[in-house]
Amino acid sequence: MSSKTSDRIATGIFVTIAVIIISLLIGLFYFILVNGVKQISIDFLTKPSSNLLAGGGIRDQIFNSFYVLIITMIITVPLGLGGGIYMAEYAKPGKVTDFIRVCVEVLASFPSIVIGMFGLLMFVTLTGWGYTILGGALALTVFNLPVMVRVSEDAIRSVPRDIKEASLGLGITHWHTIKTILLPSAFPSILTGAILAAGRVFGEAAALLFTAGLSTPRLDYSDWNPFSSTSPLNIFRPAETLAVHIWSVNTQGLIPDVKEVANGSAAVLVISVLIFNLLARGIGSLVHKKMTASK
Amino acid sequence: MEKVVPAKDRLLKSKKSWMDGEVRGRILVFLSAIIMIAATISITIFIGQKGLQAFINNGVSLIEFLTSKIWDPTNQKNPVYGALPFIFGSFAVTFLAALVAAPLGIGAAIFMTEIAPSWGRKVLQPVIELLVGIPSVVYGFIGLTVLVPFIRDHVGGLGFSLLSGMIVLSVMILPTITTIATDAMATIPKALREGSYALGATRWQTIRKVLIPAAMPSLLTAIVLGMARAFGEALAVQMVIGNVSKFPHSILDASGTLTTIITLNMGNTTFGSVDNNVLWSMGLILLVISFVFILIIRYLSARRKI
Amino acid sequence: MKNFKKLGLLMMLAALMVFAAACGGAADKKDGNKADNKTAGNKELSGSLVLSGSTALQPLASAAAEEFMNKNTKVSIQVNGGGSGTGLSQVSQGAVQIGNSDVFAEEKKIEGLKDNKVAVVGMTAAVNPKAKIKDIKKADLIKVFTGKITNWKELGGADQKITLVNRPESSGTRAVFNKFALDGATPAQGITEDASNTVKKIIAETPGAIGYLALSYFTDDTVTKLSIDSVEASNENIQSGKFPVWAYEHMYTKGEANEVAKAFLDYMTSDEVQTTLLPKQGYIPVTKMKVERDAAGKTTNK
Repeated sequence: MSSKTSDRIATGIFVTIAVIIISLLIGLFYFILVNGVKQISIDFLTKPSSNLLAGGGIRDQIFNSFYVLIITMIITVPLGLGGGIYMAEYAKPGKVTDFIRVCVEVLASFPSIVIGMFGLLMFVTLTGWGYTILGGALALTVFNLPVMVRVSEDAIRSVPRDIKEASLGLGITHWHTIKTILLPSAFPSILTGAILAAGRVFGEAAALLFTAGLSTPRLDYSDWNPFSSTSPLNIFRPAETLAVHIWSVNTQGLIPDVKEVANGSAAVLVISVLIFNLLARGIGSLVHKKMTASK
Repeated sequence: MEKVVPAKDRLLKSKKSWMDGEVRGRILVFLSAIIMIAATISITIFIGQKGLQAFINNGVSLIEFLTSKIWDPTNQKNPVYGALPFIFGSFAVTFLAALVAAPLGIGAAIFMTEIAPSWGRKVLQPVIELLVGIPSVVYGFIGLTVLVPFIRDHVGGLGFSLLSGMIVLSVMILPTITTIATDAMATIPKALREGSYALGATRWQTIRKVLIPAAMPSLLTAIVLGMARAFGEALAVQMVIGNVSKFPHSILDASGTLTTIITLNMGNTTFGSVDNNVLWSMGLILLVISFVFILIIRYLSARRKI
Repeated sequence: MKNFKKLGLLMMLAALMVFAAACGGAADKKDGNKADNKTAGNKELSGSLVLSGSTALQPLASAAAEEFMNKNTKVSIQVNGGGSGTGLSQVSQGAVQIGNSDVFAEEKKIEGLKDNKVAVVGMTAAVNPKAKIKDIKKADLIKVFTGKITNWKELGGADQKITLVNRPESSGTRAVFNKFALDGATPAQGITEDASNTVKKIIAETPGAIGYLALSYFTDDTVTKLSIDSVEASNENIQSGKFPVWAYEHMYTKGEANEVAKAFLDYMTSDEVQTTLLPKQGYIPVTKMKVERDAAGKTTNK
């Protein structure tokens, strides 16, 4: 076989691989959306779920998913940003830095079920909180944190050196340089990374199963006092998120329309992740344009 | 934007009050680093301590746990806790998934960087990102409703099998492998490619003889990271693998993994009982294996040529 | 960029929120206890109650809790899942007031809890309809589950290989089925699923499959409900003690229940719940049982 033919065959194989992957995605989306979209209605999105009867909705689960996500992000973003800044700007090569880097890698590769078990031990049993939104959010923080750290470290490192040195050369302190020069320029990629990480948090189930629980108490959406037990904002109540709901109706549900609810929930979940992706792209490029134009 | 204050003032100010600017920033940043260290250490200690209880307090034999093929915790007279079938199941399904996902992922990476660098990346990159975004429960759900019946009707066996687990996992780890492999291929210096082409090599020869060897450590890292993800996946696998506590004899046999046994039994066992503690021991195994994966990755990245 | 300055503030705020909420949570619990003391003099019941445990009992408990809260508007009840083991551990640790369980606490080696039996759940073997089996002798059932009979034609059914669908070793359903349907025999290896819906789905889709389900899951004809020794697994037969495969649903409390817990448990065994809510979910009223069973599994006439 001449090297030309083998080159052509190889090219053909690589194109086939690309086609396989694309058709895989199209197939998956087609399946999820075709089965699910017809279940989605205003009613489905705004009714509470039912334990027994057909026709239950997923209102509380949607709210819980977003609320857990927001709480997680409130904890993760500052910490992850701080960690990223440390790794990019303060860490001196040495044992400590190496150790932190190992920690980040280890945290990122922990199986989510192990993190769930740790959450069960730490945030459910040891603290005596029981299943809570906060416990779920803290467990999610554990594996979202390394992602955030990596994203912000990469973003800060990719800011051109000249800008930073110019700032330092003007006698501006290191911290002030970070605050006013590095972070704004790194902002678009940090934002994109954060939104993509949010997508993963949104779909996580295994870690939440053991920490945020499988149930939602009766919620009163007119009660905005975060300390009241029926308030949706209470972070010390158990919460079943959308991803967990898909798992639990499929496995335990007594309702006759399990299939419909599961298909609808899966579609809502996937559409949300899709929106996160588009947002990440849209906002990222928008902010980038604005930033580069204004400077 | 903040009002511009001359640098001199700021410097003076930061000297006046140590809680201002520089120091406060440093504290914030160091705090984050410390929290990460604390999280890693506390997870290791907690799971480690809980995972060892079965051996220390309950007198389960470690050797038996790691080598016995029999899992019979409910036997009244002589309960046997052999986790070997699950350890084997976890490794089997992980390696099989990597076997499928690695060529596909690396192939896709080469497609994006070498075959069609201009548009290939624009098309495949979002596809890969969307694949990452599909939650694992949804993969499991599709596996259960589409894949399992398909395998039962067209391939054979019960449908619940290593094969189903392998397919679901390989789709799940494909994005991980592709993303890292793409980065690795993209960072290969242009000079290498051009040198090879200038010597008259075809594209395939360049890829095979120059680019892949140059990127090898990074490509292996990609595969190992993918395997680490597959090893720890729980819910999607549980829905399709059948959860049998004996050794599978063929790829069409149902099997069980460490993660599936943990999720199946966690809620039914009481905290502190032997049955519960052995589950924590399995969690500890998962933890140890993920440390091993990290070690392999660090070894590989030390050998990185570029 | 002011954003970053706010970051520190935000973090502190978050920390503060956590702290405040923690105090709030604690205060809530205290409120519950205080309220209990007060109710002695004052008629209206108020306070909070947390249940956790059995996922099988969760729908019933939630439905009853909903009704109970409608009647006593000042009471708030949370029903969590987590599994029988979790429920028993948490109630004995004092983390929750009521622990729901499918099994006797004694079987999980937990002592010192007060048992409240709130419902009876019947279960029986379920087979794929294509196996063409409707009735089975107990001895044959044991042979099927221990792997001595491997094809339905040996029992006069279709020529199909038998596939077992088991529950995990720790499952309460498995314990009951093994004890009363298989007379304590250890079943052979098979596909293992914890969740009733998944078990039902597998049996319905896999030719020749057999497993076991609570009676409430036999809602359609995708799986066949087996009679054992020609006794149908019906509510009447279970109440009279003719059909042996059934179990209690328990709500355990630690020591004496507090006022709210007690009122709720009374409500669970009231006619209202027992005769209207229970049958809707496929449970058998515990008050209508003509036989009793103790933790060791001994059945006696009432």
